[in-house]
Amino acid sequence: MIRLTDQAFEPGAELTAFARGRSETGAIASFLGLARGDAGAATALELEAYPEFTVAEIGKFVATATTRFELYDARVIHRIGAIAPGEPVVMVLTAAAHRREAFEACDCLMDYLKSRAPLWKKEHGPAGPRWVDPTTRDLADAARWD
Amino acid sequence: MTVQVLLFGKLCDVAGWRARAVSPAPASLNALRLVLGKEDQALAAALAGPGISAVLNREIVRGDAPLAANDEVAFLPPMSGG
Repeated sequence: MIRLTDQAFEPGAELTAFARGRSETGAIASFLGLARGDAGAATALELEAYPEFTVAEIGKFVATATTRFELYDARVIHRIGAIAPGEPVVMVLTAAAHRREAFEACDCLMDYLKSRAPLWKKEHGPAGPRWVDPTTRDLADAARWD
Repeated sequence: MTVQVLLFGKLCDVAGWRARAVSPAPASLNALRLVLGKEDQALAAALAGPGISAVLNREIVRGDAPLAANDEVAFLPPMSGG
């Protein structure tokens, strides 16, 4: 399930809900990304999406990852709109029979979200707003799974 | 006969708009790029920049494609989520 939301979410509740009622899942991996303040250089993040397209594209990638890593289930929750430092921006949850597949799928999904999912990130700070491009590291990380 | 054009991320800041109808509908994506670029040189340069993707009716398009009335075209700059 893919969810874009302009509301803060509670990571513990998301993990609890995702883990509930599973009799065959042996491993759940989770990643939680927070908005960084960068010592005052970033006062807010702003995330933009192309809502239906973004959800559909992330859904396609999640379906591919589900097959590739033999997942039982996966969930992506991504904030859009204005986000304050310290607030959760993204949460990825993966469920598999064993931990290696769950960890790798979670890692792969995050690498995809950082540089290939239709999302755009603007950082606001004392120096003014700036659009954040994917870093060389982000691009290399995503390419690891090609 | 119009096409709806959407811009995202830094492309909005360059153009000063997020969504607009272009009428009459250009025959192709490349023709649409020319129409937009003729009105705004900064946008023309931005659309020709590295890593710009085009999406036609919610499907990514590589290169050119024919356009029809009521199509929705989006131009996407390099992506960065997470």
